[in-house]
Amino acid sequence: MGGGRLLSSFWGRSLGVLRAGCRVGQAQRPRLTSWAVCSNSQLIWTLQSKPWVFDEYRTMWFKSCRMTFLSLNRMKSYWQLWTRLYSTSQTTVDSNEVKTFLAMAHKWWDEEGMFAPLHSMNDLRVPFIRDNLLKTVANHHPGKPLSGMKILDVGCGGGLLTEPLGRLGASVFGIDPVDENIKTAQHHKAFDPVLDKRIEYRVCSLEEIVEETEETFDAVIASEVVEHVADLETFIQCCRQVLKPTGSLFITTINKTQLSYALGIVFAEQIAGIVPKGTHTWEKFVSPEKLESILESNGLSVQTVAGMLYNPFSGYWHWNENTSLNYAAHAVKSMVPDHSGPAEVVFKGETEEPQAEVSTIPGVHGELKK
Amino acid sequence: MATRLAVSRCGPLPAAARRSPLVSCRRWFGASADTVYDVVVSGGGMVGAAMACALGHDIHFHDKKILLLEAGPKKVLEKLPETYSNRVSSISPGSATLLSSFGAWDHICNMRYRAFRRMQVWDGCSEALIMFDKDNLDDMGYIVENDVIMNALTKQLEAVSDRVTVLYRSKAVGYSWPGPFSMADSSPWVHITLGDGSTLQTTLLIGADGHNSGVRQAAGIQNVSWNYDQSAVVATLHLSEATENNVAWQRFLPSGPIALLPLSDTLSSLVWSTSHDHAAQLVSMDKEEFVDAINSAFWSDANHTDFIGSAGSMLQYAVALLKPSKVSARQLPPSVAKVDAKSRVLFPLGLGHAAEYVRPRVALIGDAAHRVHPLAGQGVNMGFGDISSLLHHLSTAAFSGKDLGSMSHLTGYETDRQRHNTALLAATDLLKRLYSTSATPLVLLRTWGLQVTNAVSPLKEQIMAFACK
Repeated sequence: MGGGRLLSSFWGRSLGVLRAGCRVGQAQRPRLTSWAVCSNSQLIWTLQSKPWVFDEYRTMWFKSCRMTFLSLNRMKSYWQLWTRLYSTSQTTVDSNEVKTFLAMAHKWWDEEGMFAPLHSMNDLRVPFIRDNLLKTVANHHPGKPLSGMKILDVGCGGGLLTEPLGRLGASVFGIDPVDENIKTAQHHKAFDPVLDKRIEYRVCSLEEIVEETEETFDAVIASEVVEHVADLETFIQCCRQVLKPTGSLFITTINKTQLSYALGIVFAEQIAGIVPKGTHTWEKFVSPEKLESILESNGLSVQTVAGMLYNPFSGYWHWNENTSLNYAAHAVKSMVPDHSGPAEVVFKGETEEPQAEVSTIPGVHGELKK
Repeated sequence: MATRLAVSRCGPLPAAARRSPLVSCRRWFGASADTVYDVVVSGGGMVGAAMACALGHDIHFHDKKILLLEAGPKKVLEKLPETYSNRVSSISPGSATLLSSFGAWDHICNMRYRAFRRMQVWDGCSEALIMFDKDNLDDMGYIVENDVIMNALTKQLEAVSDRVTVLYRSKAVGYSWPGPFSMADSSPWVHITLGDGSTLQTTLLIGADGHNSGVRQAAGIQNVSWNYDQSAVVATLHLSEATENNVAWQRFLPSGPIALLPLSDTLSSLVWSTSHDHAAQLVSMDKEEFVDAINSAFWSDANHTDFIGSAGSMLQYAVALLKPSKVSARQLPPSVAKVDAKSRVLFPLGLGHAAEYVRPRVALIGDAAHRVHPLAGQGVNMGFGDISSLLHHLSTAAFSGKDLGSMSHLTGYETDRQRHNTALLAATDLLKRLYSTSATPLVLLRTWGLQVTNAVSPLKEQIMAFACK
């Protein structure tokens, strides 16, 4: 529910909500739009929390009585979570908490539910990460191609991407500032004895583990995360710090274009109302150019930028030449960091002129589409 | 409020507090110490064993745990018996490719099999015939004893015993499924209880347990099925004289199709589908009478009528005018001299098709998903085709680190195979019905239909390509 790897693609979100069908009443957005995860003022990584609470008015929108009934039941569990979040006591475990936490686990791991687009996005992002990492090694164990690699999954949510990477043999460290997400992820991986050994989860922010994990990881993954980050440059610097020399950083996010504004904010939030108003802050979306510039100026050399397109009817993602909605990027830590001027200077005024960008690296798509 | 939330979230929670809900959940809902397999194949027949074998040899499954459950004992053929078994299968080139992909075909070649290059199918009520052959002398298919296939598969299973565990004499007596979209309060895997009371878990259960599939029933998958009013009689036959014997023969009699499949220069295998009563008679009658019945079934003109005969020759004449090139002449099947003792067995025939091949964490393959009349010799080939398709989808899923029981790739398998299998089932059922009658209009229709199909090469090639998959 809150924070973590929230669905940044409006398409993803809106369709996820549609497909979930009976999950109504998500409407009212809490006034609290962001919450400070880390007290260190210099390294604040702010995440937006988006719990949904019951809103009777929205429920009317749905025609079916059965749906309404179902939604009422569901809302009850949201409500429980919500009251609990605001209550002070966190130390005692009551059965309500367990129930709520189980309700959460349903959401994350229901492949047809509200997170369906994140599940199907794995068809793109897992091979993207796997193939780019395999380029760096001479040979690999066919059954577990990523064995021996250490991967950090920042904003792992319920572990949707963490588990596939673990199955490929990697040791994965999943972090998420939201307690509930990590509980869900822990609970889910515990059923698989192999994953249980390969994956470790912790409730924390990236900044909190920078010191203890300096130059630890072969790869850092920030999937659907950077659009929720308050200070992108600091975030990228932290990613670089925890990467081994020549380690890889993988990012998937949503572009900052007129199209993403029109579809993501105007249509999905204001016209159709399928996404609660204020879910997305368009100003926080990042264009590939800006991301590339920040990466390059912080000692990460960009290898690939590729567009991703979600087909709401089939429920599948496809690689696409056009990066104007969602895109994936791969950057490698360069030996000598480039300490030129800050990226913001270069891209001043960029927000005033959102534009539909196309891929900047030729030849990438042909390779990806194979 | 916001501040309070921020504080309560970000304050350094004691580790114990964070862990406790998890611990309690795990204790509560009993994550038991059962072995968790990646794939369990229920049913160790030809299709189930081949599935386990194919998975065991797939490179993306090198790190997976696979289990094969077989109710019967392990059969080891120390030495190939002199006498041929009466249970044989027609293996299409596509199935042979699958078997070669994991090394089983080599074992079959080292034991025994018979290739056939042509197939002649003709009507019992007219002169109409269709001849399938390949210009380039490729094999159209292979007749292999089921025991030989099983032996080859058992050998190849032993070769991957580090990944594939085979439990002989074990049968699943109970399955429990995860709740809808994995109820988080219980294990998300399929739980299997074996006859001896032990339990195990799997992320994907493959049902290869035949047309009375227990997996299908336990999963509550609807099955459309009916029994034909026919039984098949099988037997091993000795020919009157040694021939090249590389043709598969099949004649459609009003009572059902009779097929003669080559086993060696002097031996052929019989598959005769006929009424239950007639089948029972055939099995119990004395050997000489049985041999006469077979020869007359292939040679007799008793069901011919003058009208159909002349209508057929008219069309044949017209075809010869339009297409003066060679029209494959009707050939006569070899005559049968005697039948192997104790090789006569009958079994009832039926059609069945599962409405769904997959459910979350379950896939059906082979006869568990579809049962077909043997007239097209497609039964086991459809099963092997299922394996190729499922293997492809599972291998891709494994290389992407996916949960193997996920519907996202299982539905891909279902779509691929239902498209192929329903077409074949429908065609087979139609042929069975069309040829079960001697009513003149239908005989005329099928006579002309067969003659035209035989004359139009592209159509014939399409049929062959479909059947050879």
